[in-house]
Amino acid sequence: MDPILVEDLRFAYPPLEEGGAATPVLRGVNLRVARGEVLGLLGPTGSGKSTLCLALAGIVPHSTGGEFGGNVRVVGLNTKHERVATLAQKVGLVFQDAESQLFNMTVEDEVAFGPESLGLPRATIAERVEWALRAVRMDAPAYRARSPFHLSGGQKQRVALAAILAMRPETLVLDEPTAELDPLGKAEVFDVLAELKRAQGMTMVIVEQDVEHLATLADRLAVLAEGRIVLEGAPREIFAQPARLRELGLDAPQVSAVAELFRERAGKPYDFFTVDEAREVLASRLTPGPSPVEHPERSEAKLKGRQERGKGGEA
Amino acid sequence: MNAPVLRVENLHFAYGDVPALSGVSLTIQPGEFVAIVGQNGSGKTTLVKHFNGLLKPARGRVWVGERDTTSLSVAELAREVGYVFQNPDHQINQATVREEIAFGLRNMDFPPDKVIRRADEALTMFGLRAYADRPPAILGFGLRRKIALAGVCALRPPVLILDEPTGGLDARSAEELLGFAARLRAEGHTILLVSHDMRRVAAFAGRCVILKEGRVLRDGPTREVFADADQLKHAFLVPPPVTQLAQALAPQIVLDTPLTADEFYAEYVKRSA
Repeated sequence: MDPILVEDLRFAYPPLEEGGAATPVLRGVNLRVARGEVLGLLGPTGSGKSTLCLALAGIVPHSTGGEFGGNVRVVGLNTKHERVATLAQKVGLVFQDAESQLFNMTVEDEVAFGPESLGLPRATIAERVEWALRAVRMDAPAYRARSPFHLSGGQKQRVALAAILAMRPETLVLDEPTAELDPLGKAEVFDVLAELKRAQGMTMVIVEQDVEHLATLADRLAVLAEGRIVLEGAPREIFAQPARLRELGLDAPQVSAVAELFRERAGKPYDFFTVDEAREVLASRLTPGPSPVEHPERSEAKLKGRQERGKGGEA
Repeated sequence: MNAPVLRVENLHFAYGDVPALSGVSLTIQPGEFVAIVGQNGSGKTTLVKHFNGLLKPARGRVWVGERDTTSLSVAELAREVGYVFQNPDHQINQATVREEIAFGLRNMDFPPDKVIRRADEALTMFGLRAYADRPPAILGFGLRRKIALAGVCALRPPVLILDEPTGGLDARSAEELLGFAARLRAEGHTILLVSHDMRRVAAFAGRCVILKEGRVLRDGPTREVFADADQLKHAFLVPPPVTQLAQALAPQIVLDTPLTADEFYAEYVKRSA
């Protein structure tokens, strides 16, 4: 059975003032995520991505109220009939703002908090903490006793993730987990997620604006617009439609925009979307290297090009 | 050469015992679009907060125009330097979106008809018309961020500081926002963009300053800064994907550091012909 199954999900938040109209956010979402699959969820601001994440964890509608229709089944449980606390052991929800999820004195306490609240035996708790810290690469002794608030952004988010993993969820739902991180922090978090996918076969739904990273992690993408899924497919398929994505207000990976230019202007059938893939394709069409000696003419051309193309002469 | 609009000389600042800036010097001319990049904790936000007087130098000096910031109040500086916070909730406090945007204009004593006109323009510019009469506090994060930006942009300050303005925004909103900043720049405003989004830094900023551990590691034209892969790596930064691609192809073809997909294609076609 698929660990995540969403059928005709419709949802509207309760009206803001009495007698007001409820605002529909999800308007009939159908989605299926297979075991071990990573689904990337894209969509413009206000398309319903976060609401869908909350629905996967049962927070919508249990904690929010509102009009709810259709079904959300997570590892066989219909969220309608389960408590949020029960679902929290099945679906680990990670938010963009790591800091708001942290509250303990030390990294170790932070990660132990969830399993402790389940009343598990000490040895089991220790085992889970160990495993979770290792999974996010925060198991070095130097980190364990440190306050999570004295860590870098990427480290904080990894601790937040470890705290969720220690609950041993069967699926992870990540709502823009790297939106507030610098490039290094982003790379750290994506490395950890890739490892969870590879080594644990973790099923994941991840909302992410950074399509470059998403391109390398996701098995499948779904694009949400105005509460409906309007595009769904393998990253290669989705990213081969940069114009359509732009229309929806979304980015495609930058090299897939390059592939599009090759298709449109030179009739080349390129559909690369990662830097590595693009390098392979383009390098194989080139004759093996020019001499590494700097070409005098090229240096001049370089300078000239720079003057012509400079973006407004700030220099 | 014009008089600089912002000038920093040997600026030092620490939060308690933790040094955040350790001798930063920088001169920015009117009409520049400058990106400030660097790892979290490198001092980017600490630096730009000296331009609107939220922070005062522990050592060194900061001038806005001709005047030392220590001689200016936050209110006086606000006329010169508009600052958009990373977190929109630090600046949102009004009952409706329209009022929120008008708030700063009223504070600056713009005449009422101008307040209405400017607020109206900003609502349109940021696609906020549909939300004009709704309370900003209950809108989504991306929308609240746009509202905060619209409020500052409506003031048309000579210097506009955008601190991580595109986090949480979708691509279209991010492009619109930076496009708006670019238009202000074309009218002579100075733009400072603090960002981790190297694709957009490359596409919009002509000059790029890398901070590392509270010092300026590099300051130069964006194309030259992104051409130096080793130095970027040293600062834990990565250039835009097309720049990486060009660098990866370097053993076989040498491209003049492309910063956008169009530049890459044009360079590749030219050099491989």
